[in-house]
Amino acid sequence: MGCTRGDAGPAVGDLMAHHQFAGHDGGIVIRIEEDSVDVAMASAWIRAVASAVEEHRDQLTQLDAAIGDADHGANMSRGFTAVLAALEDFQAGTVGEVLTKTGSTLMSTVGGASGPLYGAAFRAAGKTLTDATVTPRELVEALHAATAAVTQLGAATLGDKTMLDALAPAVSAFEEALFHGADLASAAADAAKAADEGAHSTIPLQARKGRASYLGPRSIGHQDPGATSTALIFAALAGAVAGR
Amino acid sequence: MKKLINTPESVLTDALTGIAAVHPELRVDFDHRLIVRADAPKAGKVALVSGGGSGHEPLHGGFVGPGMLDAACPGEVFTSPVPDQVLAAAKAVDGGAGVLFVVKNYTGDVMNFQLAAELAADEGVTVRTVLVDDDVAVQDSTWTAGRRGTGATLFVEKIAGALADRGADLNKVAEMAEKVNAASRSFAIALTACTTPSAGRPGFDLPEDEIEIGVGIHGEPGRSRGKLQPAKDLVGIAMDAILRDQPMAAGDKAIVLVNGLGGTPLIELYVVAGEVAAVLAGQGVPIAASLVGDYVTSLDMAGVSITVCRADEEMLELWAAPVATPALRWGT
Repeated sequence: MGCTRGDAGPAVGDLMAHHQFAGHDGGIVIRIEEDSVDVAMASAWIRAVASAVEEHRDQLTQLDAAIGDADHGANMSRGFTAVLAALEDFQAGTVGEVLTKTGSTLMSTVGGASGPLYGAAFRAAGKTLTDATVTPRELVEALHAATAAVTQLGAATLGDKTMLDALAPAVSAFEEALFHGADLASAAADAAKAADEGAHSTIPLQARKGRASYLGPRSIGHQDPGATSTALIFAALAGAVAGR
Repeated sequence: MKKLINTPESVLTDALTGIAAVHPELRVDFDHRLIVRADAPKAGKVALVSGGGSGHEPLHGGFVGPGMLDAACPGEVFTSPVPDQVLAAAKAVDGGAGVLFVVKNYTGDVMNFQLAAELAADEGVTVRTVLVDDDVAVQDSTWTAGRRGTGATLFVEKIAGALADRGADLNKVAEMAEKVNAASRSFAIALTACTTPSAGRPGFDLPEDEIEIGVGIHGEPGRSRGKLQPAKDLVGIAMDAILRDQPMAAGDKAIVLVNGLGGTPLIELYVVAGEVAAVLAGQGVPIAASLVGDYVTSLDMAGVSITVCRADEEMLELWAAPVATPALRWGT
């Protein structure tokens, strides 16, 4: 939609905007498009990620201890603590600025592979969202950009036992739900579910990227820590858009 | 967890405070978290920058000084440094002849140094990168992140550092670094897991009579687990892997690093050194130069890594050249 406005609340313009969707029976369904993501919601999402990372810090560390070097919880916690501080006094004019700031801060504070990967993901997503409110469809495009950035930098493919195994199915589920007429909240819920299932799907896989790959077949039977933190990010998104 | 720390979060800062206190010949930048030669930048000299997660001391900070590194970028424990940090190091030491990044081949290190190299190029600093990947316990294939960089990092930093000290240009220094890496192989065996300060407990559980074979330097488990055996047999496993990957024959000369992983007494490392020498002698290969001690550690892990470099005369001569760093010092 791309309408800009200063306040963060629901705008009349959004409620008036009508979008047409093809219904399942082939007929045209007129649906009132009231879904949008604004700066406040984007900030709430990132704050929710920070809380989730703190809450699951030990779990991430223990998963990493099994097949990596036992620091994913500490690194993500350090990164999102810095993000909270960076967003504190940050006057974002667009949704993208919130995400770009988040990505830059992660890239400067996390280190390891997750710093550049999550940094690049949030920055790539942020760069596509240049308005104060964005549509769910625009958010999906941003998530596609994030996936492309992770894929390019990490050179990973599906099934390598990486964060991509949660990210890619989550974005697909998000897009599919919107395509079938779901509202933002239920599409985000579908994405969170797909991300969680994607993270679980890494358990029987043998790692082909990152430090876990050094273990060879011994990496089988453990859930990937990066896919797990990605699932937390989508769970936080679902929570934020549902207003929880 | 019993550790001589204040808090797990402050370990790196507190250690940098200690380095600053006792090494006036080094400058510690607490904002960017760098250890830099106090006399940097050296005009006209190719600068060497390395870095990686902390917990491997004296690597890399202990190798900063004349004849070796110009700057080290320590990350958090077992976590690579961030791009801003590496960029700050490159700018601090660039004397106009360019900067060589010596990067151990780990996914995170590679990404962060690559991003830093792009940022440095934007700021007009010429950077070349050499990846160190000497660990034969990891199969180098599309099925892994590639071989890890371990003990050969010290060989690369020392020999390329000596060449830079003599005024060689960036391409020559980088070629030498690549040559040393290509001639070096490592293999490590752990007797215990290590404990990171943030995790607070060992990275894996290991029964009293078992060992991890083919470990890296980040507390991760190895390729396989086996029963504890006499040192002679364990060295046999390591040297078989090394020599299978890079056969050596009469006429070759070796630089050997028998490296403690942090929790093994020196007397045991000398037991290992004797067995390594015996294996090489069996191939007709003399040890032309060696180091025995803790140089590339994995916190408090007990165990040893063995690195063998098939050295040519130029490498041997550069190895013997003067070096003056906290952890390596000779010829000055």
